Amino acid sequence: MISILSSILTVLCGFALAPLLLGVVNRTKAVFAGRKGQPLLQLYFDLTRLIGKGAVYSRTTSWVFRAGPIVGLAAIAIAMTLVPFGGSRGLVSFAGDFFFVAYLLGILRFLWVVAALDTGSSFEGMGASREVAFSALAEPALLLALTAVAWMTRSLSLSEMVGRLSWTLGPGVAPIAMVGCTLFVVFLAENARIPVDDPNTHLELTMIHEVMVLDHSGPDFAMIQYTAALKFWLLGAILIGVLLPLEGLPMIIRFLVSVAGMFTLAVLVGIVESTMARLRLLKVPQLLAGACALAIFALILVVR
Amino acid sequence: MIIGLILIPVLAGVACLFLGNSRQLRVILIAVALLHLILTILCWIFPPAGLWQGWLALDEAGKLFLTIVSVLFVGSSFYLLEYFQREAGSPHESESVFVACLLFFLATMTLVTVSQHFSLLWVAIEATTLASAPLIYFHRNPQSLEATWKYLLICSVGIALALLGTFLMAAAATASPTPVELSIAGLTTNAQRLQPAWLKAAFLFLLVGYGTKMGLAPLHSWLPDAHSEAPSAVSALLSGALLNCAFLGIFRTLQVCSAAGIGEFARQVLIAFGLISMAFAAIFLLRQADYKRMLAYSSVEHMGILTLGIGLGGLGSFAGLLHAVNHSLTKALLFLLAGNIIFAYRSKSTEAVSGMFHRIPATAVLWMAGFFAIIGFPPFGTFISELTILRAALQQGHGWIAAAYLGFLSLAMIGMAGVILKMLYGPAPAQGQIRESRLSLVTPIVFAALVLVLGLVIPNFLSQTLTTAAGLAGGAVR
Amino acid sequence: MREWIDLLMVLVAVTNLAILGVSRLRTCIRLSAIQGAMLGCLPLMVAPLESWTPLLLALVTIALKGWVLPALLERSLVEANVQREVQPFVGYNASILIGVIAIAASFWFNTRLPLPFDPPGTLMIPTAFFGVLVGLFILVSRKIALNQVIGYLVLENGIYTFGLVLMPHQTLMVELGILLDLFVGVFVMGIAIFQINREFDHIDADRMTGLRDWSDE
Repeated sequence: MISILSSILTVLCGFALAPLLLGVVNRTKAVFAGRKGQPLLQLYFDLTRLIGKGAVYSRTTSWVFRAGPIVGLAAIAIAMTLVPFGGSRGLVSFAGDFFFVAYLLGILRFLWVVAALDTGSSFEGMGASREVAFSALAEPALLLALTAVAWMTRSLSLSEMVGRLSWTLGPGVAPIAMVGCTLFVVFLAENARIPVDDPNTHLELTMIHEVMVLDHSGPDFAMIQYTAALKFWLLGAILIGVLLPLEGLPMIIRFLVSVAGMFTLAVLVGIVESTMARLRLLKVPQLLAGACALAIFALILVVR
Repeated sequence: MIIGLILIPVLAGVACLFLGNSRQLRVILIAVALLHLILTILCWIFPPAGLWQGWLALDEAGKLFLTIVSVLFVGSSFYLLEYFQREAGSPHESESVFVACLLFFLATMTLVTVSQHFSLLWVAIEATTLASAPLIYFHRNPQSLEATWKYLLICSVGIALALLGTFLMAAAATASPTPVELSIAGLTTNAQRLQPAWLKAAFLFLLVGYGTKMGLAPLHSWLPDAHSEAPSAVSALLSGALLNCAFLGIFRTLQVCSAAGIGEFARQVLIAFGLISMAFAAIFLLRQADYKRMLAYSSVEHMGILTLGIGLGGLGSFAGLLHAVNHSLTKALLFLLAGNIIFAYRSKSTEAVSGMFHRIPATAVLWMAGFFAIIGFPPFGTFISELTILRAALQQGHGWIAAAYLGFLSLAMIGMAGVILKMLYGPAPAQGQIRESRLSLVTPIVFAALVLVLGLVIPNFLSQTLTTAAGLAGGAVR
Repeated sequence: MREWIDLLMVLVAVTNLAILGVSRLRTCIRLSAIQGAMLGCLPLMVAPLESWTPLLLALVTIALKGWVLPALLERSLVEANVQREVQPFVGYNASILIGVIAIAASFWFNTRLPLPFDPPGTLMIPTAFFGVLVGLFILVSRKIALNQVIGYLVLENGIYTFGLVLMPHQTLMVELGILLDLFVGVFVMGIAIFQINREFDHIDADRMTGLRDWSDE
C-alpha cells in the first residue's frame, strides 16, 4: 500500500516539477552568458497563458493535426507511470516495460510527425524528416543501452533495473560508463538539445524539433510544450535511475538524491549548451551511430 | 661459413657507403658476388654446422634457395656493370648507396635462407623489404616513388601480419609446462604438443603475410609496379630471388604444419591460393601493354604454380622446388633482356617495340628462347617441372585441379605469345641495327643455357637435394 | 591488475571505434597517439617489474607511438596541402557499423580459439584482433596516404597487444619482435612520407595512379 502511494506521489512530483527543470537549464545558460535570464518558473507562466488563449487551425489541416498534441500527451503520461523515480517502483511495472516505454516515445514522435506533415508546410515536412532520420538512430541506441542494463541487472523491468549497477573499480565500470554515455547522447538528441538541435534557433533551415510545431497554437502548443518537458523528465529519470547506485538506501534519501540528480542533470545540459556549438546536420548521425556502437560494445562486454 | 656468407656483403656494403669512386664500387660488387658464390659452392661440398643453438643452419631447402640467390646475384652484378654505363647520363640515386643496398639485400636474402627460427626468419624477410626499397627508387622519378611507396606499405602490412602469425605460432607453442622453442627443429620434434587450432590460425596469417611478399594473388598488387619500375637487374633479383625467399617462409610454416598433423588443411589452402594466383595472373597477362609488367604478372603466375606444387605434396613438392629453380633462372634471363630492349627502344610499352630481330638480333633470339622457357615448352627445364606438377595432380586424382592448371597455363601462354611475337617481328625501326654489348648478353646466355641443361638432365646432386628438401615438408616422393 | 588491464583494453577498443568514426584527420592522428601511449603502459602491467626490459619497451613505445610518429604525421599534415577531412571510400556510419561487426567478430574468434595458457587479461585477445581488423579496414578504405599510415599503426597496435599476451611466456621473442616492428614502422613510414611530400606536394594515395595495368582507351 505504501509503495503504491509513494509511486503515485513520485509520478505526481514528476508531473509537477518537469517544467521547472527547463527553467533551470535556461537559468544556467543565462548565467554562463552573463545575463540575468528569465524566471525559473517561466514555463509555468507560458503554459497558463497559452491555455487561456484560443487555437487557430489552418483550413488545410484535418483531425490528425488536432490529435497530435493530445495523443502525444497521453502517450507520455502513460510512460511516466512506468518509469520509477526516487526509490519507488513505477506505478505499473512488468517484464519488458522498457520496450513499452521506448515505443510510447515512438508513438509520441509518430503523431507529432504526422501532425506536422498534415499542415502541408514544406518547412514542417523538413523538420519532420530530420526528426525521423535522427530518431531512427537514437531509438536503437536507447534500446541497446537499456538491454545492456537489463543484462547487467538480470531484470526486464525498468523498476528493477534502477539503482542496481555498482561502480566498483575494474572492468565492470567500462560497460556502465559506455551505457551512461549512450543514454546521455540519447537524452540530448531526444530532447532536441545542443549538439543535436538548438531549442533557441529561429532559422527554419537549421531547426528540427521547433520547426515541426510551428503551426500549433494556444492550448495545443501548451500541450506540446508540457509534453516536451515531461519527456525531458522521463529520459532524465531513466538516466539518473540507471546510473546512480542507490539501492539499499532509505527511501527518503533516495528520493532527495534523485531530485538533486535531476537538477544537476539540468545544470549539466545548460553547461553543454553554453559551451558547445550545434553540430552540422550531416555530423549528427555520426554522433548517434557512435552512441549506438558504444551501446553494442557495452552489450558485447556484458554478454560475453 | 654461414657467418661469412652474411657478414661479407654487409661489411662490403658499409664500405661502399663511404666510397664515391664508381670503379671501386664495381670491383667490390663483383668481388663480393663471386666470393658469395664460391662460399655457396663450398657449402655444397662441406655442409656447414649450425650456429647459435641451431638458430642459423643450412638445411637442404635453405641450400637450394641460397644457391638460387647467389647465382642470380652474380649474374645480375655482371649485368649491372653494363647498366651503370648506360645510365651514367640520366638522373638517379647515388651509385654508392645503390651498391650498398644491393649488398645488404644479398645479405638479408642469405639470412632468410639460413634462418632456422621463426622470429629470425621474420626479421630477415622484413630486412629484405627495407634493403630492397631504395633499389626500386633508383630512378628518382614520381613513378618509381609511387612503386616504392606501394611496395613498402603493402609489404609492411604483409610483414606485420606475418608477425601476428609468428605470435600465433608462439601461442600455439606455449603449452604448459614449458613452452616449445620456435625453432623449426624444436617445433617439428614437439609437434604433437602444439595447439592445432592456433597453429591453423598461425598458418593462415603467415601464409597471407609472406604470401603478400611472395606476390600471391590477391595480395600481389605491389608486384607489377615494383618490378616494372625497378632497374632491370634489380627486377631480376626481386622476381627470381626475393619471391623465392618469401616462399621459403611459407615452406617453413608448412614444414611445421605437416609435422603437427594439419598438413592436409594447409595443403588445401595452398592449392586454393596457387590456383587463384594463376587465374589472376592469366587474366592480367591477356592485354598487357607494358612488357616488364607482363613479366611481373608472369612471376605471379609462376608463384602460383610453386604454391600449387607444394600444395599437392609428394611428387608435386619435388616439382615445385624444381620449378622454383627453373623459374628463377628464366625470369632473371627475361628481365635482363628487358633491360636491353628498354635501352634499344627507350620504352617499356609493347606498342613501341617491334622488329627486334632486325634491331637487336642477339637479344631477340634469347628473348624468344626465354619466352619458350617461361611458357614451359620442351626442351627447357620449366617443361619438366610443370609437367611433373600436372602428373602429381593427376596421380592424386585431382582432375579438376589439373584441368584448371592447364587452362590457366594456356591462357597465360596465349597472353604472352601475343605480346612477345609482336615485339620480335613486325617492321624494324628506321635506325636499323644497333651494336649490342657483350657484357649485357653474357648473363642471359649463361642462364638460358642453365635452363636448357635442367630440361635435358637433372644432375644427381640437385635431384638428391630436391628430394630431401621436398621431404622436409612431408612431401615424400612416391 | 587484471581488471586494470581489461579496463585499458576497453579504452583502446573505444579509441579504435573513434578513429573509424572521426572525420578530421588531425583528430585521427591524435587518437592514434593516445592509443599508442595507452598501449605503451601495457608492458608494465603485463610483466612483473623484475627486469628492466618491460620498462624499456614501455618507454620506447610511448615515445615512438605516442609522440614521434604522430608529430611526424602532423608535420606532414601541415606542410603538405592535405585536405583536412579523412575522405573515406566508405562513409562514417558504415565505418562505425563495420567497427561494431569487427568487435563482435573478435569476441567470436576469442570463443573459438581457447588459449592453452592463462592470458594476463581476458580482453586482450579480442582487443588485439579488433585492432588488426580495424587497421586493415582503414588501410583499404581511406584515400589519403597519411590515413593509410594511421591504419598501419592501428594494425600494428593490435599485433603488439597480441604479442604482450605472450610476453610472460616467450619474453625475448616478443620483446625483440615488437621493438623491431616499431623501429621499422617509424623508419619506413617516416621516410616514405617525407619523400612523398617532397616529390608530389601532396600525400593523396588516390592520385597516385601513374602505374596501372590498362591505359584508358
